[in-house]
Amino acid sequence: MHALKLILRNALRHKIRTGLTVFGLFVAVLAYGLLQTVIDAWYAGAAAASKTRLITRSSISLAFTLPISYEARIKGVEGVTTVARSTWFGGIYKEPKNFFPQFAVSGNYLDLYGEFLLPDAERQAWMRDRRGALIGRQLANQYGFKVGDVIPLRGSIYQGEWQFVVRGIFDGADDTKITRHMLFHWEYLNEWLAQRPARRANQTGVFIVGIDAPERAADVSRKVDGLFENSVAETLTETETAFQLAFVAMSNEIIAAIRVVSYVVILIILAVMANTMAMSARERTAEYATLKALGFGPGFIALLLFGESLAICAVGGGAGLWATPHAAAAFKQTAGSIFPIFAVSQATVIAQALCAATVGVTAAIVPAVQAARVRIVEGLRAVG
Amino acid sequence: MQVAPAVEIRHLAKSYRRGGQVVPVLTDITLDIQRGEFTALMGPSGSGKSTLLNLIAGIDKPDSGVLRVAGLDITTLNEGELADWRARNVGFIFQFYNLMPVLSAYENVELPLTLTNLSRAERRDRVEFTLGMVGLADRMDHHPSELSGGQQQRVAIARAVITDPQLIVADEPTGDLDRQSAADILAMLQRLNAELGTTIVMVTHDAQAAKTARRLVHLEKGELIVEPRVT
Repeated sequence: MHALKLILRNALRHKIRTGLTVFGLFVAVLAYGLLQTVIDAWYAGAAAASKTRLITRSSISLAFTLPISYEARIKGVEGVTTVARSTWFGGIYKEPKNFFPQFAVSGNYLDLYGEFLLPDAERQAWMRDRRGALIGRQLANQYGFKVGDVIPLRGSIYQGEWQFVVRGIFDGADDTKITRHMLFHWEYLNEWLAQRPARRANQTGVFIVGIDAPERAADVSRKVDGLFENSVAETLTETETAFQLAFVAMSNEIIAAIRVVSYVVILIILAVMANTMAMSARERTAEYATLKALGFGPGFIALLLFGESLAICAVGGGAGLWATPHAAAAFKQTAGSIFPIFAVSQATVIAQALCAATVGVTAAIVPAVQAARVRIVEGLRAVG
Repeated sequence: MQVAPAVEIRHLAKSYRRGGQVVPVLTDITLDIQRGEFTALMGPSGSGKSTLLNLIAGIDKPDSGVLRVAGLDITTLNEGELADWRARNVGFIFQFYNLMPVLSAYENVELPLTLTNLSRAERRDRVEFTLGMVGLADRMDHHPSELSGGQQQRVAIARAVITDPQLIVADEPTGDLDRQSAADILAMLQRLNAELGTTIVMVTHDAQAAKTARRLVHLEKGELIVEPRVT
């Protein structure tokens, strides 16, 4: 009881110093949490990917399309249940800064994406309208789109002015699903291409291949790619997760930099905390010597310092933990177009708590050992 | 049966190492302090009186010699055993009081008792009684910064006697006090010695303070030069 009393009162002895250290810890734990959440957000697409969907694309590059004639042959592979088409459109809504993904997809696309929930009536309305578009709830909320609205897009790959009518708004099955994109009819794009001389019609960016069991993914991928070996357009089939991770890999250096910064933030606060504890221990050398003279052991002295360090970290770290989801929500409000999924994961919360605890323990090691070893006679002569 | 002296010192020597040089502080000290005796250790600065007090109190170790307190040779004890021994047998009074600034007078006095098995209620009774004995019953909740030097030293005295130790060591207990407070503190030590029979060893360079003791021990350059016994 006395130990706890001493720990808490010692921690509050220099209110400004302790306050600044607590604030530093708060900022560090908050920054660490937000940076880790940014990294998680980067991987959100891969994390939400289905294990029963494969992506078949050109083995050369995503910039190359595949002939739709492949579709029937892929369907014939054992284990394949559905094959849908998807082509990246790359249109600009009013200004380039208003970026959101648009895909020209086949009518059966949503059969493969059970995590997107769309009322039957809206799906029927979309199927009936050649220029119809489906948009995700997050996108609708961002720009205030509603059913019946016309969305004008300026094509950057398929150059021209395009107009789509919102026929349905789909929701994600849960909060982890990204619904910040737009789907429209692949046939509409194909008709437009057919009227152009460049012979780009009857092509698709990728095939999305539904399979009956996740464990067959490798086998089906090999068989699909085997079908088109030595052809003009060889394919590369991979799981949706691998496909998404390939995109993430393009930003590997950025992610690595963010990760490093998040650790540096913790290292800096560790140095600050260690300095605070070292100053506290040095100032109280005579007190520790007195306690030892009275019969208190080195363990008790070490306990006082570890306890104080952990108490400061608990307050600062706790405040950081509390503030992280709020800061993340505010960040999502302003940067939602970059990170549609920006939620603090449980793993991040645990990592934040562990960082705070590690800082608390590590910062106190050297001062605690020195204080515990202080020779009484020398300690009593010390001036705080 | 003869009762062992409170402190029995035989051929005690202590030196310090400073800048690669060995500096002898105490050489061949032999001294007995009887139970219930109030002894003043006097001598000029650097004579070794504080070092001798530290050795008697078990907070420093001699290079050689025998040092028995109540018959126990404390030079054979390890650090942990010495800490336990100090907690049970020695009360400390320092020149600058050495109270915990974050604890109240009550909590400072209670501190040594937290190393015992006494219950909270027993501790409270003892602390209240002892603080009353030193005249600070009405200042129990005050922190050291809210007390005068004399009052702080009285809290330190209460802390020193709270465990009812065999021996009280006082290192210049009046060195930081005004004349009146110093006189009060010395009177209090005298009373403790007379009424409780506690053995007190006090280091002082103040001849007036030394007169309070029943016995004077002079040290000069690490040697015991005269030992008049006051009756």
